[in-house]
This record gives sequence, structure tokens and C-alpha cells, in this order.
Amino acid sequence: MRITRTLVLAAAGAVAFGGAALAEDTVTLGSAISLTGNYSTNGEHTQRGYDLAVEKINEAGGVKIGDKTYQIEVKYYDDESTPARGAELVERLVKQDGIELILGPYGSGLTKAVAPVTEELQVPMVEANGASRSLFTNGWKYIFATLSTSEQYLASAIDLAAENAEALGKKPDEIKVAVVVENDPFSADVRAGVVEDMEKYGMKLVIDDQFPRELNDMSATLTKIKALKPDVLIVSGHSKGATTAIRQLSEQKVSVPVVAMTHCDSADIIGNFGAASEYTLCATQWAPSLAYKDDLFGSAADYAKTFEAKYGYAPPYQAAESSAAVQVFADALERAGTTDKTAVRDALAATDMETFYGKIKFDETGKNIAKPMALYQVLDGEFKIVAPSAVAETKAVIPRPAMN
Amino acid sequence: MILIQAPVITVDLVLNGLLLGAIFALAAYGMALVWGVMSIINIAQGEFVMLGGYVAVMMYWGGIHPLLAVPVAALVMFIVGWALYRAVIFRIVDRDLFVSLLATFGLSILLQQLMNTAFSGNVQIAEAGLGTMFLFDGLVTLSQIKVVAFVLAIVVGGCMVVFLKRSRMGQAIRATAQNARAARVMGIDTDRVYAVTYGLNAALCGSCGALVAMAYSIHPYIGLPYTIRSFMIVVVAGLGNFAGVIVAGLGLGAAENLAGFILGAQYQLAFVFGLLVVVLVWRNWRLAAKRQYLK
Repeated sequence: MRITRTLVLAAAGAVAFGGAALAEDTVTLGSAISLTGNYSTNGEHTQRGYDLAVEKINEAGGVKIGDKTYQIEVKYYDDESTPARGAELVERLVKQDGIELILGPYGSGLTKAVAPVTEELQVPMVEANGASRSLFTNGWKYIFATLSTSEQYLASAIDLAAENAEALGKKPDEIKVAVVVENDPFSADVRAGVVEDMEKYGMKLVIDDQFPRELNDMSATLTKIKALKPDVLIVSGHSKGATTAIRQLSEQKVSVPVVAMTHCDSADIIGNFGAASEYTLCATQWAPSLAYKDDLFGSAADYAKTFEAKYGYAPPYQAAESSAAVQVFADALERAGTTDKTAVRDALAATDMETFYGKIKFDETGKNIAKPMALYQVLDGEFKIVAPSAVAETKAVIPRPAMN
Repeated sequence: MILIQAPVITVDLVLNGLLLGAIFALAAYGMALVWGVMSIINIAQGEFVMLGGYVAVMMYWGGIHPLLAVPVAALVMFIVGWALYRAVIFRIVDRDLFVSLLATFGLSILLQQLMNTAFSGNVQIAEAGLGTMFLFDGLVTLSQIKVVAFVLAIVVGGCMVVFLKRSRMGQAIRATAQNARAARVMGIDTDRVYAVTYGLNAALCGSCGALVAMAYSIHPYIGLPYTIRSFMIVVVAGLGNFAGVIVAGLGLGAAENLAGFILGAQYQLAFVFGLLVVVLVWRNWRLAAKRQYLK
């Protein structure tokens, strides 16, 4: 058993060596990504984010490793939005294709399937789209994430409500919160972060509903909200959750002073619902209006321009954080001075850089601790950053005026 | 507790549930029809609903009022259903139930992926802009599109009964359902009957989907819950019982909404399945009580 395994590894290694000898001055990164299936839209954003950064880096002359410059290239496989397939393909990238630097897939579920593989094979993975905090509690050493973890998504909405408690006519510990989340790992994290923050202020959790993935109707929950009149409503359920909540809140004329949710932009709540979306608070990893910048792309706004010129639509944050992941790899490769996987891993762990996407610095579990989540509010049909206050464009309107 | 203190909330829940149930009933008519006439359990039912939804979304994008999509989606889906029958379904009509389950399951995956490729996996909606009705000082809210769906479900149900009773095609469908071989002997083109039946099913689902896109939201993977609920409604109502389908659909919607309120949304679908088991056990028990043995 052991002998066959060693043999296979040796054979794969030989193939990889042959491959590397052919393409002398390119470094190949590998990624299994959702190009078809449930996550294909976001998979595409991720891929475009990677591609844009690769293109920019190559245009700027490539990566200098030791005293040689290399072009970057990414080899993709389609994981069909299936975790088992993702794990299999990453194994193939490493063992058959000899690629030892991995870019993450889209989504927490797939990242969680892939991470044990990269861990076992001891190849570094920089991921940009797995936000679940369960990715960072296993003592994994080869995973690095550019984005903020999911329990931070809406915790800032609770802070914002507490700061504005007076405007709501209450003390912070009198504020009633309704939490409505989808039954999936991501939303469970969002909920955990919110509940943790609520306890800090002593707020009361009056509704705590988890709706199944298949459900596209939350009228029963909204009736409950109408009866119990919470001050804050937290919704997390990807695009479907945001779409359903905005539509049914206005349909059933449920008025909650503070409404905060995730995935507003991917659900395009402004375009789809116009006035009904006004004053909604939305969590975002990144926005083009944030004041971050770097040498490669320029400012966040410049990145948005470059992206839009190439792909014809404004970059969602999924693309931005993916581009940042490639930048992180390039930076680590230059500092390591070699493509050796262990040296690159150590260089990644020491990352401390500023990008158009925000600061990036990893803690010992591999999550980025330097960049806060931002919060938008829909004001006059536009997303305006209202938190964190250091980068806010304007002050949040709380409580939201009653709908007419 | 709160339901007794504030009966008006119960009214709100039940009404919204009834309207939800009416939409399910539409898809369930189709399933009852195909199941009864062709002995095929159409797993792709929810995907037909989804396709109908995309017809509405496309018309909405094109600037056409999505309410018009209800008949258009029905027409488009009739053609799709007919074509699918000619391509795939006719091969499995007289075959084992297992074969038809597999074939329609395959169809459902194919349709999901095609729509995912064409429209991406994003959630889409069509906005009819009909507004909301408020009763009891705004304590009970009914979105008008759901009311439209409700009326439509009742009307379509009535039309189906009349169609099956009176029209030549309806009679041919019933004859084929009773005994396909005898119907063939009597000169009925059963192949055509099957094609029309399957097309009708797709048309019903299509109009249901257009309503779903206007009242809720659709994406390529929305189908399964509609398939399951149709299945459940037909099982509860019994085959070929159209009045039963609408009653079961409405009842299911109301029960589901109340359960979502009382038990929390996490148990809403679990409750539906629990109910299915209870109904089946109860039915079996009733039948067993009536059963007579010949000695």
C-alpha cells in the first residue's frame, strides 16, 4: 500500500518536473472553481478576479523570484459546485499537474472540502471566498484568506444600532433584535457573530428563525415580526434571502427601524426594488468607494474602472478579494525568492501589505485580521458606506423613516 | 399564544397560506393529470415551473407587463412539453415506473443546468407592480399578485374539469386514462393524447412559474420544492380528483404557513413532510378498516 503510494507520488513528481522544465519562466497557480452548477455566477466573478490580477501583474513585468522574472499563469478546473469534486480536482492539480500553489474555490462549503487536501499535501492555498469561521478553527497551516470571516458580516450593524440607540428612543440594552437566517454554515456564522455582539450590549433576541434553503417565502416570519415589533432585523440568506426579505417587507408593509442584510449587491436590490430597498443596511467586504490603494491597480475606484472596462460590469467584492489573493501570492513569491512550497507558505504567513482591497495581514490561523467589514446603506438609490466610521462616506440614517 | 391574543394575525397567516397553496395547486393539477393518464411521476415538474418563471422574467426585462406572461408562459411551455414528449417521454410511457422516474429526473437536471448556463445561478424576479391590499388597519396584508394567482388557480381548475368532461380531447384523455388499449381499439390516437396531456401539464406549470416569479423569486434550482409539494398534494387528493387537488393545495399552504409561524421557519418544510406521512398512515388505516376479505 505504502509502496504503491510512494511510486505514484514519484511518478507524478516526475511528470511535474518535466512540465516545469518546458515552461521555464512561468509560475503556474492552480484552482478548482465553480464554473457550472449552483455557484457558477460567483465562480465566474472569482475567476475574473484572478485573471485580471494575473494579467495586470504580467503586464507590469511579472514576478521577480530570486534573480529571474516569471510570468504568472493559472490552471483552472471546474468543480461543478460540488465539494467532493473540488477536493478531487485539487488533489489532481497537485499530484498530476505538479502545481503546488493553490488559489481557493468559491464559497465556504467548497473551501472547506479543499482545505483538508491542501493541508495533507502541505501546499499553500490563498483563498478569497471562504468566509466561514469553521475554516480557521482546525489549526490548519496552509490556508490563507484575504477576506473578513463571516461572523463579522453584520456584527457592525449591531454596533451601529447601539450607537444610535438614542435615536431609536431606547437604551442599548432595551433594543429588540430579530434574526432571520438561512440554514447554512455561512449564515449560521453571521448569526453567531450578531448574537455575540448583542450579548455585549445586553440586547434581546426576540425572533430567531432559520429558514431552509428551499424556501422562497418568509411571510410567516414577517407576520411574527409585525406582531413583536423588533428594532433591528438581521437577514442573511444569500441573494435569495435578500430578495425575499426586501420584497415581502414592503408587500406586507412591515416597518423595522433598522434592517441589515448580506448579499444586497448580488441580489441587486436597488435595481429590482427601487424605493422599497431604501435605508437597508448591507454588509460588504469591499466597495469601490473605499479609500484603499496599491501600486498595481491604483485605488479601489481605479480597480473598479479597470474591471468594468474589461468585463463590462462593476466588480462585485467577490472579484476584488480574488484579485487581492493573486497579489498576495505574487508578493509572497517575491519575498520567498523561490517557488518552493514550504518557503512560500512561510512568506505568506509573514504577509503584511496594503492593496486596493484593503490591508492584508494574516493571524496564525490564516485569516486576514487587518481589514474590517464595511456596511453600506441604500440612500437615494445608491449604496453609501456608513461604517466603519474611519472610511464612511456619510452618516447612517437611523431609524429608517416609515414607508409610505 | 399570540395567535389567540391577536386573532387577526391568524387571519393574516391563513390568508397568505391559502394564496401560497393556490400556486402549488396549479403545478399539482399538471402532476395529477400526467400521473393519472400516463402513469408517469414527472420529477421535472418543478423545472417546468422554473422555466415558466424565466419566460415571465424575460418579458419583464423586455418591458412587457409580466401579467401577460401567464398566458404566454403557458403557451411556450405547452410547446416545450409537446416537444419533450416527442423527444423523450413517448419512449417511456408504457415502461416501468422506475424508468420514467429516472428519465424525468434526468430531464430535470438537464433543464436546471441549461437555465443556469443561459441565465446564471442568480435569483431573478419579475415585478408586476400591483401593490398590496390592506385589511383591518393594515394588520392583514395581501399582495395583489397573490390574489390574482389565487383566482387564476381556481379558474384554471374549473376549466380543467370542464375541459376533461366536455371537450373531445378531454374525453379522449379520460378514455386513455381508463384503458389505453381499449381507447386505441376505439380509434383514439393515444400517442397524440399523451402529447397533449404532457403539453398541458407543462403549460399549467408554466403559468404557475410566471406567478412564482411575480410573487416570490426564481433561480435555476428552485424546482425541487415545487415537485415535492405537487407530489404531496396529488397523493393527498388522490389521482384524477381536481377538486381534491385545489382543496389539498390550499390546505397545505395554510397549514404550512401556520407551522412556519408557530414552530419557526426551520420546521416549515419538515412539517410538510411530517404531514405527508401522517396523511398516508391515516389513509392506509382507513382503507384497512374498510377492507373486506373474500373467503
